[in-house]
Amino acid sequence: MDNREKIVKKLLNTQVVVFLSAVVMWIALGVFTDEFATLGNFQNLMKQMAITGVIGVGALIVILTRGIDLSVGSLIAFVNVILAMLLVNTGLSIPAAIVVVLAVSICLGLLNGVMVYDFKLPPFIATLGMMIVLRGAAQLISHGHTISTMKLSDFSWGKFIGIPYLFWVLIFVVLIAEIILRRTVFGRYVYSLGSNEEATRLSGINTRMVTYGVYMIAAFLGGIAGIMLTTRTNQGSPTAAQMFELDAIACAVLGGASFAGGEGNAIGSFIGALVMITIYNGCDLLPNVDSNWTKVIVGAILITTVAVDQFRKRRTGQ
Amino acid sequence: MSNAENTTAPADVIVEMRDICKTYPGVQALKNASLTVRKGEVKALMGENGAGKSTLIKMLTGAETLTSGEICIHGERVPRMTPAISEGLGISCVYQHMMLAEHLSVAENVWLGKFPSCAGFVNKAELVRKTVKVLDDIGYGGVIDPTERVANLTASQQGMVAIVKAICRDAKIVIFDEPTAVLADREAEELFRVINLLREQHLAIIYISHRMEEIFKVCDTVTVLKDGQYAGDAVTKDIDEDGIISMMVGRELSASHYDDTRRIGEELFRAENVTNNRVKDCSLSVKSGEIVGIYGLVGAGRTELSRAIFGSDPVKNGTFTVKGKNARISSPKSAIDLGMSLIPEDRRRQGLALQLSVRHNINLAVYRRNDVLGFIRTSREKETSRKFVESLAIKTPTDDQKVKNLSGGNQQKVVVGKWLASEAEIFIMDEPTNGIDVGAKEEIYALINKLAHQGSAIICVSSYMPEVMDICDRIIVMNSGEIVANVDRADFDEEDLLSLAIKTRED
Repeated sequence: MDNREKIVKKLLNTQVVVFLSAVVMWIALGVFTDEFATLGNFQNLMKQMAITGVIGVGALIVILTRGIDLSVGSLIAFVNVILAMLLVNTGLSIPAAIVVVLAVSICLGLLNGVMVYDFKLPPFIATLGMMIVLRGAAQLISHGHTISTMKLSDFSWGKFIGIPYLFWVLIFVVLIAEIILRRTVFGRYVYSLGSNEEATRLSGINTRMVTYGVYMIAAFLGGIAGIMLTTRTNQGSPTAAQMFELDAIACAVLGGASFAGGEGNAIGSFIGALVMITIYNGCDLLPNVDSNWTKVIVGAILITTVAVDQFRKRRTGQ
Repeated sequence: MSNAENTTAPADVIVEMRDICKTYPGVQALKNASLTVRKGEVKALMGENGAGKSTLIKMLTGAETLTSGEICIHGERVPRMTPAISEGLGISCVYQHMMLAEHLSVAENVWLGKFPSCAGFVNKAELVRKTVKVLDDIGYGGVIDPTERVANLTASQQGMVAIVKAICRDAKIVIFDEPTAVLADREAEELFRVINLLREQHLAIIYISHRMEEIFKVCDTVTVLKDGQYAGDAVTKDIDEDGIISMMVGRELSASHYDDTRRIGEELFRAENVTNNRVKDCSLSVKSGEIVGIYGLVGAGRTELSRAIFGSDPVKNGTFTVKGKNARISSPKSAIDLGMSLIPEDRRRQGLALQLSVRHNINLAVYRRNDVLGFIRTSREKETSRKFVESLAIKTPTDDQKVKNLSGGNQQKVVVGKWLASEAEIFIMDEPTNGIDVGAKEEIYALINKLAHQGSAIICVSSYMPEVMDICDRIIVMNSGEIVANVDRADFDEEDLLSLAIKTRED
């Protein structure tokens, strides 16, 4: 009996509940709409989910250390613009342009890390500043214009065994992140930094490098997401990816990440993205439903999940 | 001890606490403690660290409820003290770190919760006027601006604001808990002047401090506690420092944990002239197999010294020798690589990642020595944690268990396990038995002895004298950030040690 209770408790964690709610929504959407359960829609859903999922993993890794990264949406727009400009205005090859934008992203992530660790800025403020700066920079560089390029569009249409390339990128990112978090020394340090910074430092761990590392990874994934967005929209736009940072944070939190640090994993972020995109996609398909309801529902689910989680923690804590 | 003042009418007695007992799980903090304070009297409450002074005060302010005993205020018995009742009776406490809202103005702090207002709008002019009046009363009119933000005041002015706040709440009994700890000498003089003023206004004052000279300067009488028990009363003008010290000491030591079979060998660690902004010119050394205690009162710089020699706080000056070689200790990492370890005072805040597993915590310091290209060798990770969970007898269902679910004693063992895993030979233990119940304490003492027996060097930092006297070969006494004595076991004497730690330093 006691054992069974334990198993039930273990199974009924946030991620499983969130995942089950996604399954329920799928069944409901499958029954009530004709289009949901079609191959075309699933492929569309995967494409929609890919970008959110990738930055959701980035947000998770930062949140694990008790930080936050608000700059990722603007970073995507920035990458989006410079990638389009590099491809249109310079003779740079596609791989070279990709290397350049990823390098730029990582440097910006390092800057976030320096602000947080060395200048002791609260992560919220540091990345809020970065968010505003990058949005402005994207506008300045592009002079507010949208730059069209079709050079990358093949990638967004490409599929491997029926699954869009974009979704393969997400799968790859989630797997690598899981391996890093579970199997590497760096991963262990990320969790312990988030759980107790002083104890981590007193255990001889270079917390500076761990802090730099997480913000660089988050920005790197932001860069990847920026490239993915370019392949989908075939343009560089300074107004792209508005509020994406909030979607990313919502994914991580829906997937069980705690703002108190040290708790959460990449598969959780994946599931969080799945739920969110299911709602976005489903509300678009349901007839007579104003698509603005999507935001209301996602917000409400986010609040409910975390409230239930807190309630359960308080109960088991006693 | 009889004296003339005992004959005054009982109506003068404002605070009377009789036979107060307080039991926490596994610890009896107070055992028949008593305290009497009269109108217009400044009463010093003294005792060693852990003697129960703060616990007794908490009974009076209602922060904790007593297990048995009686509290009478103004001659009336208070069956159940709560913070609200306590405030209603005019009991007010001025803490060492002032409990003030730093971002609000002086006037707002003084009248917090009692703003003169109309329909919810604060009457600012009235607020300032009332504040000016009370500041004038203690001679601070024109010195402290009522509209100034509290954060911009000096420590002593903040103290005055706290006192004014107490007076405005019709305080009849004011408790000062180590009020001069953050004050310079001249500021302390100001405080004494105000305390004398309060005495003239017939308030009852309880004054807690370790500083002997203050007791003689400002207090009329003194009550001494020892191990949670009432140890005596005295009139300050009839007694001297040594008299009070002898009242504070003189316990019966419990069964000894001292292990005399250890072999003391080569010197493993030496620190010379360690100086930073908290400690001054501290030199110490410890040999293989030796247990050295660092004793001092609260604020003497024990923890600061241990953090400095472990590289966790910056050092302005100081040289280190580890195993006979010159060593540079600039960070915890460099200290760990030299075979050192720190078991911090507050294991929950500084020692452990509580949400993480036992295995993760035990391996934390050795992950960087145990990887292939950044990947963890999980078999070795498991092996390490299994080994120390077994050898330290850590009680946990599995090593996947989160550390926060373990008892205090077992948590402490996880911290020790982390350092054993990193093959430390020099252990700095800051209050190793802090918050651990009696049975687990025995285990920790046995563990310390075992480590020393195996040739490790132990530095045991403690504010609890019986502990260091019990297990140590040598005790280093600290006072005001400096090392004032290095006493061998043969010369251990409670009274001497306390007097070294407590007496005013003359420079």
